[in-house]
Amino acid sequence: MDHGPSVELGEDLASEKKSKLGLKLFFVYTLVYFGFVLINTINPTLMEKQIMFGLNLAVVYGMGLIIFAIILGLAYNKICSNYEDQLNNKEEQV
Amino acid sequence: MIYEASTTAVILFITFVLFVLGLSFYFARKTKSAEGYFAAGGTISWQVNGIAFAGDYLSAASFLGICGMIAFSGYDGFLYSIGYLAGWVVALFVVAEPMKRLGKYTFTDALDSKFNSKQIQLMAAISTLIVSIFYLIPQMVGAGALVTPLLGLPHYVGVIMVGAIVIFIVATAGMTSTTYVQFIKGALLIVFSTVLTVAVCKNGINLTPYDHYNQFKTLDVLTENGKVSAISDETYQLIGQVEHAGYVFAKLNKDGQSRWWMLKDQTLTETLSITLKSDGTRLYNGAPKEERKFFQVGHASKIIVDGKEVDKTGPLGPFEFFETIENSTIVRFEKTKFQYESDEVNVWYSNPTPGNKIMRPGLQFKVDDAGFMGKLNFISLMLALFFGTAALPHILIRYYTVPSQRDARKSTIVAIASIGFFYILTLYMGLGAMINGVLDVESSNMAAPLLAKFFGVALFSVISAIAFATVLGTVSGLIVASSGAVAHDLVNKYMGIEMTSERKVYLGKLSAVVVGILAIGLGIMFKGMNVSFLVGWAFSVAASANLPAILMLLFWKKTTAQGIASSILVGIVSAMGIILFSPSMYVNYGLEASAAPIGLDNPGIISIPLSFLTLVIVSLMTQKQKKS
Repeated sequence: MDHGPSVELGEDLASEKKSKLGLKLFFVYTLVYFGFVLINTINPTLMEKQIMFGLNLAVVYGMGLIIFAIILGLAYNKICSNYEDQLNNKEEQV
Repeated sequence: MIYEASTTAVILFITFVLFVLGLSFYFARKTKSAEGYFAAGGTISWQVNGIAFAGDYLSAASFLGICGMIAFSGYDGFLYSIGYLAGWVVALFVVAEPMKRLGKYTFTDALDSKFNSKQIQLMAAISTLIVSIFYLIPQMVGAGALVTPLLGLPHYVGVIMVGAIVIFIVATAGMTSTTYVQFIKGALLIVFSTVLTVAVCKNGINLTPYDHYNQFKTLDVLTENGKVSAISDETYQLIGQVEHAGYVFAKLNKDGQSRWWMLKDQTLTETLSITLKSDGTRLYNGAPKEERKFFQVGHASKIIVDGKEVDKTGPLGPFEFFETIENSTIVRFEKTKFQYESDEVNVWYSNPTPGNKIMRPGLQFKVDDAGFMGKLNFISLMLALFFGTAALPHILIRYYTVPSQRDARKSTIVAIASIGFFYILTLYMGLGAMINGVLDVESSNMAAPLLAKFFGVALFSVISAIAFATVLGTVSGLIVASSGAVAHDLVNKYMGIEMTSERKVYLGKLSAVVVGILAIGLGIMFKGMNVSFLVGWAFSVAASANLPAILMLLFWKKTTAQGIASSILVGIVSAMGIILFSPSMYVNYGLEASAAPIGLDNPGIISIPLSFLTLVIVSLMTQKQKKS
């Protein structure tokens, strides 16, 4: 078969679980992201409001989105690795 | 603006280029097979691949374009940072691992893995080429924009140089050398941006950024019917006046030098101007370029710390830096253009802007009062950035260079962390450029390098070499993606021409050369446009053409080959159509922005849903064929 991976991959029993988790996290992030977009379209001056450390909502929310993405990514990786270890190594353990 | 080359800069630059070329030569010997050429043999470790992702992704658009936009328009530039990074979330959570399982070398492989359809092969390959070329244009423009100050050479020389070097890199060793170039560049970019950010915070904010910073003169005048009738300072003579865009501009002569000034209430303020005379000569602030009457700008007109007005802050902490700007007033420069007698006059006038407006969206993307279209444009942009990343062919192919899915995932996370960190730094660098009197009003793309220059020639040289490497890294990735589209997708798959691995590599290299030459031509043509803006377009096309296909393939069982092929086609046509008829492009054609039929600069909000819809409808219509 000419399509398919460039490298030999084994069977991945965890892939459905990982997919579902990925989608859930994706939806969570999308909500937060579009919250940002919405505020800027409906009530942009709200973005000037001072929130913490002398920073306004725009900076806090914007930076927050970046940091949130990193945190979610790390969490996703940890959980996925766990799934893979549990499910894919089961065969070997038996 | 006049730029001079510095010896340190040139030496560092040449050293770097030689190193990169040497690296390519080294890897060339190992890259004989198609696996090696297109996918680096699937042997890249996730750590290296992660930083290479960052090096690939953080292109001229991110570094030069975003910092430049932030420097001129404040937070609006940062919207690109947020959007670009958010796009990685889509890539990680939805696309990375499945794509790894499905595809061999290219994005087309993945889409076609369940169907083996000629239509998909053709459309996906075309989409790859279009997105890659759209993405290439701003990179080449960025290269030209950089080489000018660095080496004192004109724009087109920089473009040709980048083109030539990249063609060499890709043609010798394809994905392997590309990966390591991107890795090095990614690491250096992040390290030195951190250095620059720290320097900006330590420097604080001063009313007078440096000793010889231009003191913007003001003159008291008497007005009649809104125009200047007399000037208090008699050493100035009034030559002419123009009313334009609600402002009055007056041409004054002093000691044989004529300059344009702007009228506000009863005061005239200095402006910067570039005059195109009917005989073709250009005057910078009333004099030929060599006389250096033009100058760099950007300063705070009022600095407030803890409620008190100060002349300069000392070193500021990272939060204090933003806080101080929010409370202060910064002088930005707005551009306008008018005819005076037979001259075309481009004027940049000062616009003192309150910090709290700078530190939130609204200066470039009019969310406040531009009505429905303005808001739609904004949403459209954020949508395209969000969905575009995961659909960029040159990013997708990087999943094929790692050995496993787990590595694909881990490398994506390394990418997200490094890219996210870098984007946080862009806000500091962009604002730092805005307030330290370093801006060249002719080129927003130069903001970051010029800021580096402010802190010393050494830093400037390093940053410029990195920025140049930035272009090399991204352009290499794009050309590998394009060469894959041609050699593997179009010729091998679509046209059904069987090739040995070696032949495929040969064809890949040939395509690399052709696309490279095309990119050079386009880079010269598009000189001057802000690179982030151009990249936004590549994202829109990617998000419209590619992403619906990827998502539906992964998650909707009823997707058919015709559905995919049609949605890609509709995505490309609608996105490009709206772009070509957009207000910004109209201005480029020399027409009035208001004459544009569709008031959107960013097609995302129309083209993305349209593409999804097409896929669903066509798939449902072709269900029978699927079963048989």
